[in-house]
Amino acid sequence: MVDFWWSYAWPTLWIVIQILFLVVPLLIVVAYLTYAERKVIGLMQLRMGPNVVGPFGLLQPFADALKLMTKELIIPTGANRVVFLMAPMLTFVLAMVGWAVIPVSEGWVISDINVGVLYLFAISSLGVYGIIMAGWASNSKYPFLGALRSAAQMVSYEVSIGFVIITVLLAVGSLNLTDIVLAQKNLWFFIPLLPMFIVFVISALAETNRAPFDLPEAEAELVTGYNVEYSAMAFALFFLGEYANMVLMSGMTVILFLGGWLPPFDIAILNWIPGVVWFSLKVSLILFVFLWVRATLPRYRYDQLMRLGWKVFLPLSLGWVVITAGAIVLFGWYPGIVN
Amino acid sequence: MEELLLEYLPILIFLGLASGLSIAMVLASVIIGARKPDPEKNSAYECGFDAFDDARMKFDVRFYLVAILFIIFDLEVAFLFPWAISLSEIGVFGFWSMIVFLGILTVGFIYEWRKGALEWE
Repeated sequence: MVDFWWSYAWPTLWIVIQILFLVVPLLIVVAYLTYAERKVIGLMQLRMGPNVVGPFGLLQPFADALKLMTKELIIPTGANRVVFLMAPMLTFVLAMVGWAVIPVSEGWVISDINVGVLYLFAISSLGVYGIIMAGWASNSKYPFLGALRSAAQMVSYEVSIGFVIITVLLAVGSLNLTDIVLAQKNLWFFIPLLPMFIVFVISALAETNRAPFDLPEAEAELVTGYNVEYSAMAFALFFLGEYANMVLMSGMTVILFLGGWLPPFDIAILNWIPGVVWFSLKVSLILFVFLWVRATLPRYRYDQLMRLGWKVFLPLSLGWVVITAGAIVLFGWYPGIVN
Repeated sequence: MEELLLEYLPILIFLGLASGLSIAMVLASVIIGARKPDPEKNSAYECGFDAFDDARMKFDVRFYLVAILFIIFDLEVAFLFPWAISLSEIGVFGFWSMIVFLGILTVGFIYEWRKGALEWE
């Protein structure tokens, strides 16, 4: 019995505890991201934003969650019921599961697999299924059109994200996310790979269907697209999934380009601050950019969106892969860490 | 092998927990939420009209084209992953082999571009 406890039960329980220590703060971050979005955009438009529920409106996310909880879960008559309910769950689960490989500080990672980047790439590619399923299962015109647009858009920007990741991998020589961060000890990758950093951030906006690329939702023409027919917690899951994806993409940006948990300068005082603080600060910075962009830029037209993805980002990122690889081979700048 | 699989155990548990959480949330909504079905309320939303016809209609062939292009380029990315990792071992020869491969794909890409496969008007 004792043997069973130490060899099976306790390790499993320990994993569950670790996951809870990641998921609970993550959900709080997601909840407060919705609050931050309303507050930031409000202040940028010289409004107050939410300020009634609790001090400074800080309890607003919980009020919203409770309200959605008590609403009626409507399943349209023509809908494919099982797929209709699976779609938001899939979106939410995928947005959560991606965090399993993100190192928030040195060694603070749930599963330090050696193909971390590939795993993240796969998870973010799967995200499109949630939206397609929602659009198809709703059996309604707006969700259908929104899902089509969204699928084409996510797929287009996926390609340039892939090439950007390849340039980072060329400079690291490992698929492990911890190795990628440690390779930036001396120089964060956004300096040598600045164009790729910009391409990645813009593609991340498109990948998460955020403004100015929020065409799948386009409330002026598609009345929020794929989630028109959703209500109550099914809608909340989509909402949480979308925001969790934003946090995930920001986390990826930080790990690939902004040195993960490393402090900006390698001096003692900055090294005393725990890595997780640096990581959170950087993620918050990228998230703020997401919100700032939404408050500032008008929505893209669909043909402009596709043109940007296929005719600008794809050739640019492909060319940059060749240039980076060429420079590495020519000058012998092979990465130090090779697994 | 055992070690390798053990690394993925936390991800499996994570997947289970996240699925459980999402199912619990939908179930909570079913249990707590009001339930007053009504034919008007449950019909597909079309800005107040009755739905004209089935929503699963024909759509633009360009979406298929984008999907096909995506498969080609995503496969290319998949080929690049191992190449990028092992560039220091395969050196100059490996570099030029991949350049030839990328060159062939680029010719195809230019052809698509010239044929107008990337135009949305």
